Amino acid sequence: MKKLIQKIKGLKKTTKVDFATYLGVILAFVIVNLLRTGGLLNRSLTGMLVPICAYIVMAVSLNLTVGILGELSLGHAGFMSVGAFSGVIAAQGLQASIPSAPARLVIAILVGAVFAAAAGFIVGVPVLRLRGDYLAIVTLAFGEIIKDLINCLLVGYDSRGLHMAFNISGSLTINDLGLEPGGMAIIKGAQGATGTTAISTFTAGFVLIMITLVVVLNLVRSRAGRAIMALRDNRIAAESVGVNVTKYKLMAFVTSASLAGAAGALYGLNYSNLAASKFSFDTSILVLVYVVLGGLGNMWGSIIAAAVLYILPEALREFADYRMLVYAVVLILVMLATNNDQLKALAGRILPKRKGAADNG
Amino acid sequence: MKKKNLAALLMAGAMCLSLLAGCSGGDGGESNPPASDAGAQESAPAGNGNQGGQTTGTAGGTFKLGGIGPLTGENAIYGKAAMNGAQIAVDEINALGGPIQFELQAEDDQADPELGVNAYHKLLDDGAQIIVGSVTSGSGIAVSAETYKDRVFTLTPSGSSVDVISGKDNVFQVCFTDPNQGTGSADYIAENFSGAKVAVIYRNDDAYSQGIRDTFVAEAETKGMSIVYQGTFTKDTQTDFSVQLAGAQNAGADVLFLPIYYQPASVILAQAAAMSYAPTFFGVDGMDGILAMEGFDTSLAEGVMLLTPFSADAEDERTQGFVKKYNEFYGEIPNQFAADGYDAVYVIYEAIQAAGCTSDMSAADICEALVKAMTAISVDGLTGQGMTWQSTGEVSKAPMAVVIKDGVYVTP
Repeated sequence: MKKLIQKIKGLKKTTKVDFATYLGVILAFVIVNLLRTGGLLNRSLTGMLVPICAYIVMAVSLNLTVGILGELSLGHAGFMSVGAFSGVIAAQGLQASIPSAPARLVIAILVGAVFAAAAGFIVGVPVLRLRGDYLAIVTLAFGEIIKDLINCLLVGYDSRGLHMAFNISGSLTINDLGLEPGGMAIIKGAQGATGTTAISTFTAGFVLIMITLVVVLNLVRSRAGRAIMALRDNRIAAESVGVNVTKYKLMAFVTSASLAGAAGALYGLNYSNLAASKFSFDTSILVLVYVVLGGLGNMWGSIIAAAVLYILPEALREFADYRMLVYAVVLILVMLATNNDQLKALAGRILPKRKGAADNG
Repeated sequence: MKKKNLAALLMAGAMCLSLLAGCSGGDGGESNPPASDAGAQESAPAGNGNQGGQTTGTAGGTFKLGGIGPLTGENAIYGKAAMNGAQIAVDEINALGGPIQFELQAEDDQADPELGVNAYHKLLDDGAQIIVGSVTSGSGIAVSAETYKDRVFTLTPSGSSVDVISGKDNVFQVCFTDPNQGTGSADYIAENFSGAKVAVIYRNDDAYSQGIRDTFVAEAETKGMSIVYQGTFTKDTQTDFSVQLAGAQNAGADVLFLPIYYQPASVILAQAAAMSYAPTFFGVDGMDGILAMEGFDTSLAEGVMLLTPFSADAEDERTQGFVKKYNEFYGEIPNQFAADGYDAVYVIYEAIQAAGCTSDMSAADICEALVKAMTAISVDGLTGQGMTWQSTGEVSKAPMAVVIKDGVYVTP
């Protein structure tokens, strides 16, 4: 036991923070599960668990782009959308061949991650070579393009397999797919994916968060991660010591996109109805707010910010019409409070150890 | 600098506190009209009521209804109207002093499936036994999937998509389904504007608009109507329609079918007037609400036709009583959604009487009983006489077309 404590004390501060993050997530999962089995958790909170998990993964993955890579992405919801719809198609299409819901969920999340990674690669290759704010502009456009593309997408499934049509003329309907009588429409253009069997679970969400954390934290602490952060801090200096700019930027961006896709699949399979308009600019900004309030580059901050800021508007339902106003005021208060030097100094005095952790967070 | 920051923090804190204080003061007034004695005097003819007659003795207690609809956001006019209408019906029924009493709690979903499901869970936490919602289709599909799983009886006032009810035996609609609206409109136009060239402008990223347009076009083809132009727009492009209007005008369309909500429709009407293009505009229930829109010049809507089951200037005593009361409490003329919400509560009232439910039954037991009762009852409401339901959840009632004249709906 003593040896273990000695060992923990000998660890680097960053490693300690990372382990504390893992431990915190596991603890939260165990506590929530205990409360749930004890019947102490009300329905509202139980119902919010899966979307919270999805938004946490979104926030952590966006933090990789914004906080670690230092590029502004305004279309993160676009990757979520790609993941959500490809995941829904996979899960619904495999309903007959794989009856086990958890297995289908895993496949759907993988499919979502792969498709979103591909989208991230396509967007990233030309754009990450540029300097300045081009990534923000292009990702903004990407989010809108994805929304419009999915609005044109018609997908159905019958015994002959998957049918797809692209409704560019605006005159096709789901009937034009020529599905057999027993066939099922998966995505109906603007009406989105309706009639999806909801198979997402909190456990799956927890596992996804853990995987996301392992991937992101290990990437950040690795050699590649140091190269990425060097690019963020000074591109010219990094280039001069031989860091391959495009490679490392793309590595971070594609990882971030694929995790967003996985989150999208988890989210999409939690609701029986999903429309492309959900993944609008507003959703991208919402996730960006989680990241900024949690602290750029600070993963556990993103987790807490996403969970708290998701529950907050729901908890404020008592205020009826004023709830969005109260929500905004709370956001401003949090921003002022976290940036206030006097409060920070106060916290430093109360928790002397925290100062070190906050520096390298 | 530091001091400034702290001062700002304090100011914001004070603002927040004063806001909270303000809220708690005004909270009670959110949307609950007092259960007025006016309600009792009107004696509120409660539909036919004959079906429930034989079992009235057993049904009783205070039932908690949970309403879900967009009370904020761009579709708030629908959710608010439906919930206000439902509240009036609840007050009327309570004022009758019968054994069945209602309590309505309305939760906001901003027409978003995610928030709709959240609102639903919150309502169940607060003890809701029957769901009146969701007001919009998108949220309704997600919510009804949950209520089906949990066996909670659901009656949507205006969630018109077929997907809201399909495959769920516990979900019923007060409004027409989208396909019915599409075919109904096509039939009406084919009958009354024979040989007309029809143009359609619809929003192709919206389930409601796309759904109606699809069935409209299909029915138009079988009726042999000529559709000369189809224009699309999306949520982000609903502020300018000059291209679509020019397209319709160049194609020589003399009937313009608009299966869209009233906000974009108001822009279309204004722009068409500016380019002096004056076809017959034909809308569906989403067009309802255009006259109540703030800052809209109602003279632009002159001559617009729409398919709606409710007209606020209908002559019958019941509609007049409802309009008067609604105007008194909320200061505006009720639209079709208000009537849908009002009817929804009366339908539940009738069904509870027919099924003989008591409020101490569990939500699942109430659900099973009401599902059986729904296909047996016939209700006279504001939005239709003798409404009956199929086991699929679809309502059958007669559609009605109205035309806007001098700022009010009149039957043509």
